Amino acid sequence: MAKLTKSNFPQFSVDIFQNAYLAQGANEVNAIVTVTATGGGTSAALPAAGYGSSLDGPDAAVVIAVDCSGSMDYPPTKIRNAREATAVAIDSVRDGVAFAVVAGTHEAKEVYPGAGQLAISSPGTREEAKQSLRRLTPGGGTAIGTWLTKADQIFSTRPDISIRHAILLTDGRNEHERPDQLQHTLDRVQGRFTADCRGVGTDWEVAELRRISSALLGSVDIVADPSGLAEDFRAMMEKAMGKAVADVALRVWTPANASVKFVKQVAPVVEDLSGRRVDAGPRAGDYPTGSWGDESRDYHVCIEVPPAGVGDEMLAGRISLVVPQPDGTSEVLSQGLVKAVWTDDLNASTKINPQVAHYTGQAELAGAIQEGLDAHRRGDLDTATAKLGKAVQLAAESGNEDTFKLLSKVVDVVDAKEGTVRFRKNVSEEDSMTLETRSTKTVRVKK
Amino acid sequence: MDQLTLSCPNCAQPVAESDRYCEECGIDLSTARASGTDPRATAPAPSGFSATHHATTPDDSPLPSGTSGAAGGTGADGGYDAAPGAAGSRGTAAHDGATGGGLPAAAGKGADGAYGAMPGTGGLGPTGGGLPGAAGEPDAGGGYDAAFGAVGAAAAPVPSGATGDFVLAAPVLATEVEEPEVSGAGAPDPWSSVPAGDARVCVGCGAQRIDTDGYCEACGLAQPRPRDHQERSLNGVCGVSDRGHRHHRNEDAFAVAATSRPDGGSAVVAVVCDGVSSATRPDDASQAAADSASEALLEALESGVEPETAMTEAIMTAANRVDELADEFEREPSRNAPACTIVSAVLTEGRVTVGWVGDSRAYWFPDDRSGSRRLTVDDSWATRMVEAGLMSEAEAFADARAHAITGWLGADAIEVEPHTLTFTPDAPGTVLICTDGLWNYAEAAADLAAVVPADARTKPLHAAQTLARYACDRGGHDNVTVALLPVDGIEPHEPTMPNHPPTLVGDSLDSPTLQLREGES
Ligand SMILES: [Zn+2]
Ligand SMILES: [Zn+2]
Repeated sequence: MAKLTKSNFPQFSVDIFQNAYLAQGANEVNAIVTVTATGGGTSAALPAAGYGSSLDGPDAAVVIAVDCSGSMDYPPTKIRNAREATAVAIDSVRDGVAFAVVAGTHEAKEVYPGAGQLAISSPGTREEAKQSLRRLTPGGGTAIGTWLTKADQIFSTRPDISIRHAILLTDGRNEHERPDQLQHTLDRVQGRFTADCRGVGTDWEVAELRRISSALLGSVDIVADPSGLAEDFRAMMEKAMGKAVADVALRVWTPANASVKFVKQVAPVVEDLSGRRVDAGPRAGDYPTGSWGDESRDYHVCIEVPPAGVGDEMLAGRISLVVPQPDGTSEVLSQGLVKAVWTDDLNASTKINPQVAHYTGQAELAGAIQEGLDAHRRGDLDTATAKLGKAVQLAAESGNEDTFKLLSKVVDVVDAKEGTVRFRKNVSEEDSMTLETRSTKTVRVKK
Repeated sequence: MDQLTLSCPNCAQPVAESDRYCEECGIDLSTARASGTDPRATAPAPSGFSATHHATTPDDSPLPSGTSGAAGGTGADGGYDAAPGAAGSRGTAAHDGATGGGLPAAAGKGADGAYGAMPGTGGLGPTGGGLPGAAGEPDAGGGYDAAFGAVGAAAAPVPSGATGDFVLAAPVLATEVEEPEVSGAGAPDPWSSVPAGDARVCVGCGAQRIDTDGYCEACGLAQPRPRDHQERSLNGVCGVSDRGHRHHRNEDAFAVAATSRPDGGSAVVAVVCDGVSSATRPDDASQAAADSASEALLEALESGVEPETAMTEAIMTAANRVDELADEFEREPSRNAPACTIVSAVLTEGRVTVGWVGDSRAYWFPDDRSGSRRLTVDDSWATRMVEAGLMSEAEAFADARAHAITGWLGADAIEVEPHTLTFTPDAPGTVLICTDGLWNYAEAAADLAAVVPADARTKPLHAAQTLARYACDRGGHDNVTVALLPVDGIEPHEPTMPNHPPTLVGDSLDSPTLQLREGES
């Protein structure tokens, strides 16, 4: 398995894709920012012996929170699969990494190691942890906020560990706390650790779990068939183990009289970060991106600038990747420039940058799916059909094959080019939830 | 060659303009300055057009600079020798023409004197003025050099000329001798003030923080760049380029240079290129084309290649260079490969050779302007329509497609066919080469002639500035670039009528077409 070492701090690169040319009077600048990290965690293969006591403490901490509400017993395979998946995840925890297991119901109970602590992974502690999974027995309700609070308490015993990641597994709705209570908890813990969320079966709510994963800068997915859980847990854990740097932020500087209209992550999934801005000095704001291993993500930045005269050029934005330093300052890892140039050449100003066009389409695709499924739930079949028709068209156009396949399990595609579709007669809950959960997955621009 | 060099190109130690050697590393600054860029664009600016006189001097000494140094016998003269000597990096003999050209501003002075221009040097007028007939005389060069030595000594403020390569934001110091009143004092002049140094102030909001990328840290406005406005002046040729008012960057480029023929005659070169805006990195394309064509012309002319052949080959060299850019730069989305136009003029032994591809133009303006004419035929849609007899010129130019070019340098060009034309003016005058940024405002030669200052031949830099400013004052819709080559136009053995129109000689590929064009002059 991939290993990580602190000396393998990834190299970040920032590439800007935009059409800087604006027509006279135009005031909106769009750019796609591609951030690529290389040479970090996953590419560094370190012998297992290199870990643990020889280094100055663990690099990462992981808390696994497993839903043990009463519904996990129906059918009983659910809890059995959850136990097995958790065991696989534990096996994937690298030597030297701090970890803990929590059982979640309407309250959070520590399963391993207990006493609010984290264990340090070794063959011995992993075995102990797996033994303790027998204590995962269904009973009680669901209050995910309490699980998050518990995870936060456990992480906070080791403030020296910067990469902190939780894995949340649930099978039902968050019925035993009010939405505002959950929101309150999210507001409190966001930025302190990241979390991936998995929903088992079809009795959970996509929007609710997405709210948690978005706040905690992680992924959300459906595991409709509990037997697929173990593989999914292994993959999630491996990804978590590949992270080499935490708390990276996208810093956007804009000049006087300009403002950021939105900042969205658009690949690998659409995630609107606009509301997450934290001021970072004059005319600059930081948007959190969580932790990074070797990976590449795209962001769509839209900036409103004061219109200038034809022939004028201005810097509309300076986009940088920053990581906080122990002394409270932040280090700039890499940066790129977003420009605005006013021209009377319509050929130049009317061209939409292909990257911008593509991701605008991908975001529209995600929106169309969510609105379509919403309308369907409300019983508004006309709107639902129109929206999913549009989604089919966008998915086909952009070559988003996975999404197209998921769509065609919900609607019969009559004409993909025209976006003509008909709702299928007996759409399974599983198919429509899978479509909704994965609606935000995007593809990159075709070369 | 972007800016006036005031630090040692070898070790970056600050050096004075008058230093010949770097105090830190000891390098010969004249050579280093020259070889850092274009080795021959180093002739000092004091002008006049004496190079042609050298060219017409059959047994001109191959080492006129030495001669002149002796003849001038002044420290100032020695100072001048240093810079042109730099050209010697390519072979002394080859460059002495340029050296001679550089020194004998005296010839220009003579001309100035004759045309009654220069206070302070007017006293020299008689000297120079007494010489013109000497153009054909064997020792004229020495005479000019001697005269120049005197000028150099008398008009001491010239030494900036010794720094060689000129890209000057402000009117050129070196031309003080030649053109003392280039710009008035008074209100801040955008043409003379590209803020430089640490204390830059935003031209938009006045903030004092300019980031290293050249944008204001407060309002984001892009600050003026060196290429926004450039002026270069050498002996016998000068150029001015300006961004204009409606483009965010200057995609035009030019090169001016001087060298000498193997027989000691002089050769003066100017190249002007206009980057195709719809292409990838047009500014790099035009710069690469101007530089490579200039370099190729100099090499060929130095080794004795005939100017027409040198011109054709230089344009092909530039075309290949621009082609290469297609591989060096990633193509911008939905844009063509880097591309540009080219127009070039070479003056050798009183003979003018023009070459071009695209819609950048060359014009000839005799001193009396009566025989003013365009020398080039655009590679453009409009021209093609007119040539095919499908439209009148007026109709063609009224069409939206009029300015679409049908020939350019760049990887997307199907075939590059350089056009050339050679003629020997038999009257004094000025060759103008320019981008459409100028001729869009005065297309016909007669109209443009009205804008070219009467003293363009004797004060070419001032004329070039006037023309560029004319385009900017008319709206500056495009980048504008002009280069001027003064031609004394005095036949060595057959004095001719001063008012006679130029004679076109037959080695033009386009002479039939050119005949069509005569109506406009
Ligand atoms: Zn400013
Ligand atoms: Zn132009």
